[in-house]
Amino acid sequence: MSYKPIRTLFELPTEENLAPGHRMCSGCGVTVGVRQILLAAPKDVIVVTATGCLEVSTVAYPYTAWRCPWVHVAFENAAAVASGIEAALKALERKGYGKRYPVIAFGGDGGTYDIGIQALSGALERGHRLLYVCYDNEAYMNTGIQRSGGTPYGTWTTTTPFGKVRPGKTEVKKNLMGIVVAHGIPYAATASISHWKDLMNKVRKALSYDGPSFIHLLTPCNRGWRFDPAQTTRIAKLAVETRYFPLYEVENGVYRITVPVPRPKPIEEFIKVQGRLKHLLRPEYADALAMFKKQVEDHYSYIEMMTKATSSK
Amino acid sequence: MMVQKLALSGDEAVAYAVKQCDVDLVAAYPITPQTIIVEKISEFVANGEFEGEFVPVESEHSALSTCVGGSLTGARVFTATASQGLALMHEILYAASGLRTPIVMAIVNRALNSPLSIHNDHADMMGSRDCGWIQIYVENVQEAYDRIIFSFKLAERDDVLLPVTVNLDAFFLSHNVESVELIEDEVVKKFLGRPKRKYRLDPDEPYSFGAMAYPWNCFEFKYQQVVAMKNAYRAFDEVEDGFSRISGRKYGKLGKYWTDDADYLIFIMGSSAGTAKHAARLMRQEGLKVGVVSVKLYRPFPEKEVLEVLEGKKGIAVMDRSISFGAPTPPLASDIRSVMFANDMKVPMMNFVYGMGGRDFSVQDARNIFEMLMKKDPSEYPKETIYYGVKA
Amino acid sequence: MKVKELEEHPTFAAVLPPATSEEYDTTGWRAFKPVVDKEKCTGCLICWIYCPEPAIIRTPDRKIEFDYKHCKGCGICEVECPVKAIRMVKEA
Repeated sequence: MSYKPIRTLFELPTEENLAPGHRMCSGCGVTVGVRQILLAAPKDVIVVTATGCLEVSTVAYPYTAWRCPWVHVAFENAAAVASGIEAALKALERKGYGKRYPVIAFGGDGGTYDIGIQALSGALERGHRLLYVCYDNEAYMNTGIQRSGGTPYGTWTTTTPFGKVRPGKTEVKKNLMGIVVAHGIPYAATASISHWKDLMNKVRKALSYDGPSFIHLLTPCNRGWRFDPAQTTRIAKLAVETRYFPLYEVENGVYRITVPVPRPKPIEEFIKVQGRLKHLLRPEYADALAMFKKQVEDHYSYIEMMTKATSSK
Repeated sequence: MMVQKLALSGDEAVAYAVKQCDVDLVAAYPITPQTIIVEKISEFVANGEFEGEFVPVESEHSALSTCVGGSLTGARVFTATASQGLALMHEILYAASGLRTPIVMAIVNRALNSPLSIHNDHADMMGSRDCGWIQIYVENVQEAYDRIIFSFKLAERDDVLLPVTVNLDAFFLSHNVESVELIEDEVVKKFLGRPKRKYRLDPDEPYSFGAMAYPWNCFEFKYQQVVAMKNAYRAFDEVEDGFSRISGRKYGKLGKYWTDDADYLIFIMGSSAGTAKHAARLMRQEGLKVGVVSVKLYRPFPEKEVLEVLEGKKGIAVMDRSISFGAPTPPLASDIRSVMFANDMKVPMMNFVYGMGGRDFSVQDARNIFEMLMKKDPSEYPKETIYYGVKA
Repeated sequence: MKVKELEEHPTFAAVLPPATSEEYDTTGWRAFKPVVDKEKCTGCLICWIYCPEPAIIRTPDRKIEFDYKHCKGCGICEVECPVKAIRMVKEA
C-alpha cells in the first residue's frame, strides 16, 4: 500500500500528540517509542491504551499527557475497545454523521501476550482497520517486574528470580509475531526504539492498509532490566545488533528482514549490561546461557528461513 | 397511522426495536437464549434493513468493551447477553457506567453455572445489580419491544447518560411468541433523534477518558453516578409520557394490578408477574381482595412508589427469582424490607425464592402464595425465606 | 492554572482536556541536567527523537534547547549525541 516515507527528522512535526510532564520513569523506553509512533502517524488519531505503565503514568486525574483523543477502559481489552471505536466511526461515516479517523491501540507485553491475547486475536480475525502496538518491556513492569509470556528464558523477574535450583524464568518467550501473522493480516512488523526511521516507516506503512496491522516494539525498561537510564536506546540497539530482537516485517505473508545483521555482536554484549540477565554469565548458569543463546540463534534462523520461503510470492 | 402487528418472540421483538432505533453499532456474542436477537439482527444486516455495524465479537467481555469504545465516539450502541455472558462482562459493566456510556443491553435472564442451566431465573442480573446500570424488567413481549426504544431515550438524556439493561425472562419471553404492535419507523426515529454527546472521542475536540483517580477525588466521580441515578428516577415518568404519546402505552415504575383496595399483595418481577396477575384476576372474581405489583424499574429503586402501594395493606409476599446466598433475605425482599423500615412502615411480609433454574411458576402456585398470605395471621408471618417449590 | 481548577471541580466522569501534564514540573526528578554546547550542536535532532518526555525543543535557528521544567535527567541525549555537544552536569 502507498504511504509517504520518512527520510529525515526535519520533516517531522514540532507539535506532538504526547506532551511532556507525564510520570513515566526517567529514561523510559516506552515513551521514546510512543513519541516516534505518534510523530509518524497523522495528527488526527484516536489512541486506546490498556492498563499498564503507559496508561497509568500518562493519565492520572487531573493530569493527562495526551493531546489527541485517548481512552482507557481495562487491562485486557484495548483491542476490543479499538474495534468498537473503528466500527462506530465506520457506521457514523456511512450515515454521514462522522469521520473514520485512524485508531491506534497500545498494550504492554502483559496486556497483549497474556490477558489481552483473546481480544487481539478477535480484532485481527475480524479485520478492523486499526494499528495495534505491543510495547514490549518483557515483564509486568507497572506492578513491579513480574514475569509475563513475553519474558525471555533465563530472565530474572520478581516471580522468576534466579537461585539454587532455577536460572530465572524457565519458560521461553511466546512467539507473538507468529501468533499475529497466523491471522493472515495485511501487515505485521517488529521494531526497536533505537531504529527510529525503521519504526516510523513501518507505522506509516501499517496505517496505509485498510485492515488490521500490528507492530511489536521492543522498549527496554531501565527499572526492570536493571541498567543505567541513559543506556535505554543503546540497549535497544544492542538487542538488534546481537540478533536478539530481529527487525522484520510480514506484508501479506511475505517476510522481509528490514535491518539485516550480517555480523552479529556476541549475545554476551547484550547480557552483561543488564542486571536481569547478568547472572547467566556465571559458571553455575552455563546451561541456561547455552539455552538462551540457542533460542536467539534459532529464532533468527527461523526468520531467515521464512524470508527465503516467502520471497517467491 | 398504519399500525403493524406481528407475532414475535421476545428475542425477535428486541431485534425489531433495535432495527428501528437508528443504532450505529451492535457488538454481541451468542449465548442461549439470546441468540435469536443477534441472528435476527444479522438477517436485517443481510437485507440492508439495519444500517449500523454489526461486530461479531469473540466473547461477551469484548462485546461490552467494543460497545464502550463505540459509545464514546457518540454513536448509539446496543448489545444483548445472558447468564455467563453477563457474568463475564462484569468488570466492564462498572467501566461502562463510570465512563457514562448510554448503552442499552437486553439481558435474557438465565441461571448462572454451576450447575449449568439454560433456563430462567434472575441470578445473572441480580449478581451485577450494583454495577451502576439502570435496570428494567419486562413482563411480556410487547413490553420488551417498547422498553428498548424507551431505554435509549432515557439513557441518552444529558442529566442521565447511564447505560440500561432491559431484562426479559429466558424462554418464557425470549422464545414464546406473542402479539406485538410495532410503532412506525419514522415515529421511532423522530422520538429518539440522534445521540448528542458533548464529551466524545473526536480529534477536533480531544479529551482523555478513563483516567486513574486518587483517594482525594475518586469518591466524587462515584457520587456523580449516584446523582445520575437519581436524575434517571426523576426523568423516568417524563420519558414514559413521551413514549405513551407515540405508542399509546404506559407501564410505570411499578405495574399495579388491583392494588388500590387490595388487602394482600404479591411483589414479583418479570414474566411471572403475568402469571400472578391471572391468579389475582380469578381470585378477584371470587371476591378476594388481592393484588399484584410487578416491579418494572428495579434500579433506581422506586422507593416512593413502593411506599404508596404498601399503604393500608394487610400482608405482602415478595417473590425473588434469585438467591443472595448468606443474606438475610433475597434481593427484592431486602430492598422492600429496608424501604419499609426506613419509613416506619410495618406491613407484614413473607419472602419467597421461587423458580430457580427455570422451575415453573404456575397460576396455581400464585394462588397458593395468596392463600398463604390470607390463611396465616399476618403477625405470625415467618421472617425466614421460604424456598417455594423446592423438594427439600 | 487548569490543573488547579480541575482539582477543585472534578469534571464529568473524570474526562480531561488535552495535555494538562504540561503544568507538572519534573525538575525535582533530576540529579544531573543536560547542557548543550550550541557551537558544537549541528541540529541533527537525534537527541530530540530519543528523548522520552519530550524535553527538547527545536529552536528557530535549527538547533535545540532543553525544556528544563520537563527534563528528568535520564542522560539518553548525552549518550546519543553524535558530536558530543551535550554534557550531563550535576544539578545545583
